[in-house]
Amino acid sequence: MSNLRSLTFDAIIIGGGGSGLRAALELAKSGKKTAVLSKVFPTRSHTVSAQGGITCAIASADPQDDWRWHMYDTVKGGDYIADQDAAEYMCSEGPKAVFELEHMGLPFSRFDNGRIYQRPFGGQSKNFGEGGQAARTCAAADRTGHALLHTLYQNNLKNNTTFLNEWYAVDLVKNANGDVVGCIAMCIETGEVVHVKSKATVLATGGAGRIYASTTNALINTGDGIGMALRAGFPMQDMEMWQFHPTGIYGAGTLVTEGCRGEGGYLINKDGERFMERYAPNAKDLAGRDVVARSMVMEILEGRGCGEKGDHVFLKLDHLGEEVLGKRLPGIVELSKTFAHVDPAKDPIPVVPTCHYMMGGIPTNVHGQAILQDEDGNDQIINGLFACGEAACVSVHGANRLGGNSLLDLVVFGRAAGMFIEGALNEGIEYLDASESDIESAMKRITRWNESEGGESIPELKAELQSIMQNSFGVFREEKNMVEGVQKLAELRGRIANAYLPDKSNAFNTARVEALELDNLMEVAEATAIAALERKESRGAHSRYDYPDRDDVNWLKHSLYFPLTKELKQRDVNFKPKTVDTFEPKVRTY
Amino acid sequence: MSNLQVSVYRYNPETDSAPYMQEFQVDTKGRDLMVLDVLHLMKEQDSGLAFRRSCREGVCGSDGMNMNGKNGLACITPLSDVVKNNKLTLRPLPGLPVIRDMVVDMGIFYKQYERIQPYLQNETPAPAIERLQSPEERDKLDGLYECILCACCSTSCPSFWWNPDKFVGPAGLLQSYRFLADSRDTATRERLTDLEDPFSVFRCRGIMNCVAVCPKGLNPTRAIGKIREMLLADAT
Repeated sequence: MSNLRSLTFDAIIIGGGGSGLRAALELAKSGKKTAVLSKVFPTRSHTVSAQGGITCAIASADPQDDWRWHMYDTVKGGDYIADQDAAEYMCSEGPKAVFELEHMGLPFSRFDNGRIYQRPFGGQSKNFGEGGQAARTCAAADRTGHALLHTLYQNNLKNNTTFLNEWYAVDLVKNANGDVVGCIAMCIETGEVVHVKSKATVLATGGAGRIYASTTNALINTGDGIGMALRAGFPMQDMEMWQFHPTGIYGAGTLVTEGCRGEGGYLINKDGERFMERYAPNAKDLAGRDVVARSMVMEILEGRGCGEKGDHVFLKLDHLGEEVLGKRLPGIVELSKTFAHVDPAKDPIPVVPTCHYMMGGIPTNVHGQAILQDEDGNDQIINGLFACGEAACVSVHGANRLGGNSLLDLVVFGRAAGMFIEGALNEGIEYLDASESDIESAMKRITRWNESEGGESIPELKAELQSIMQNSFGVFREEKNMVEGVQKLAELRGRIANAYLPDKSNAFNTARVEALELDNLMEVAEATAIAALERKESRGAHSRYDYPDRDDVNWLKHSLYFPLTKELKQRDVNFKPKTVDTFEPKVRTY
Repeated sequence: MSNLQVSVYRYNPETDSAPYMQEFQVDTKGRDLMVLDVLHLMKEQDSGLAFRRSCREGVCGSDGMNMNGKNGLACITPLSDVVKNNKLTLRPLPGLPVIRDMVVDMGIFYKQYERIQPYLQNETPAPAIERLQSPEERDKLDGLYECILCACCSTSCPSFWWNPDKFVGPAGLLQSYRFLADSRDTATRERLTDLEDPFSVFRCRGIMNCVAVCPKGLNPTRAIGKIREMLLADAT
């Protein structure tokens, strides 16, 4: 028998960010034996860095606001490969989820009438794009993610959720039938490795922005759940779709919220020109993020960038005045001073498009159930496996996520997964136990690192991976460069498989965690690269010089990457919302 | 070329019988790096060096540590703010048990946070929309809710060093007042009753180290003063 200690739960939630904590809260209330397993103390999760807000038609700024308008914007913003049933679910359930957060204590900013403050964000419209700019993003100053994450953690404390804090999930455990029946996990403090048995395993592991050299993402965003699912042989959806946020601070990569432009800030080139007026005459600086990011790069490539190297542009905020900045954007003032040495009340902030968000991920339905595709191309539920938040691809964001929709995604689908799992547990779930060899195969890579006796260094390999991704899979892409990138990654994979973990100690061994994370970065990078090379069109965030147009005939589809064969297949997009008419694909302009 | 001289606290429970200070030479290439960047450069030299980090922008609260004698967040502390005579000494947050190197056991800090019931309590039925709150009422939460639980304040507080099990400490009390000050919270009386003993609040001696070190510019001493006022008003 395996000498691993085992822990048994009804449900194990891997990840303590917004979606994981929202799912956990639902299950804790139900009395199911649930635990949140997180590699950092939950309030250190990346949700904490979200700034501008949570977009939702709560009809506060505009009493006439309608979730259908929000749904329209979301589908259009996603360049028509968002699943319309999922977007419908998120936008219509959203107000309930946001009011719940307020009832839990989230300190939203307020309007004079006492209702939640909402600000304009990019890609928002009234009346299905016909009624001008909407203000739909609910905000707690510019610290909405912090306020949301702390509120959810606090309410989990209130409901006695079990936490395995500073534990690292290594790999999924599958039984002989291919059902997911738990995971292998390591207590970082002691180094103990355990077998976690669970009827439901929820991957709420967030994004993987650290595959790029320049990213707004936290250092912990290494795509651990994506890596685990890929190693288990499960497909990944729309992995070529990475959002580059228009306003990362030049040099540092830290995020400056779109809320800056929502509050009236705008981008300027070296001539002081508000260039977005040329690219998006109506929405200007509040066009979709993909549109704004591309426009910035065009300005830079055409020689109108700012600074000595002409490699960034400026975000101008000084005209808003110190009062608005202090009240609505206090965190931005702080970050600008710290990382750009600029006081935005006086000078513009140097910014550049920076990797921000993974639209792709583990394909799921609206209940968070992970999906694979059988040989006939039909969807099939993966028993025991769930995903929510950035790690999942429901897909509500399609090819480009709208600002403020990620926080909504977290709470709506975290909640939905929690509710569904509770119901399923009530009905009874029985899967075959994992065998000794099933467990051993999930132990393979941690054993590999522990037995490594020499080889290349982890930080150097990581830096190389990030540079390949940055150079070959950035804002603009083209065939030749991507082919080279894919080849370099294939070679890098071999080197990582032989890399060296010098420190084999047990107590709080962060080098071992970084080794395990590197495997996950590798998985995510390769899935991204192959999907990007194979999608021969430009749509949303995926923009190719060699295929500059959207191709609805061949590519109005999700991409589905299969890790065992490294093949890219397609999956149908859902065009059948339940209560509204389908939003038919149109030319996307702002 | 003048490398930065960094002296860092090392302790690995598996191999070291006692903690010691290790010297590193770090080539900063003349840049005014953040202390966290320097730690990463040190980790390239010795992968065994353990420290926590996550957001690297001062909002997650992972990398609170003692830098040349003062607590702060490594990721938003530029070398120019702390380095004296080209020397930097890094120690874990004071007063908490060390797990390894710069990583401390924050258990008692979190326990004091949990103890103040850090969640909104309001037993009246929730409306179909949000509970209303005026901007003026909401303003009262500014300077309170922004806490990131980095523990820089509580671990710089002599009263907390002395009675970490009985004195809630500045971070916990700041959060306690965050809920006392919230117009939507109805558990004021219970919250105050829970704090009425001689230790929980009254061990604060107004030393104000907490204010001096808070990386978010918050003022726990003022919040503690407000709780004292509420407790005294409650007692008369």
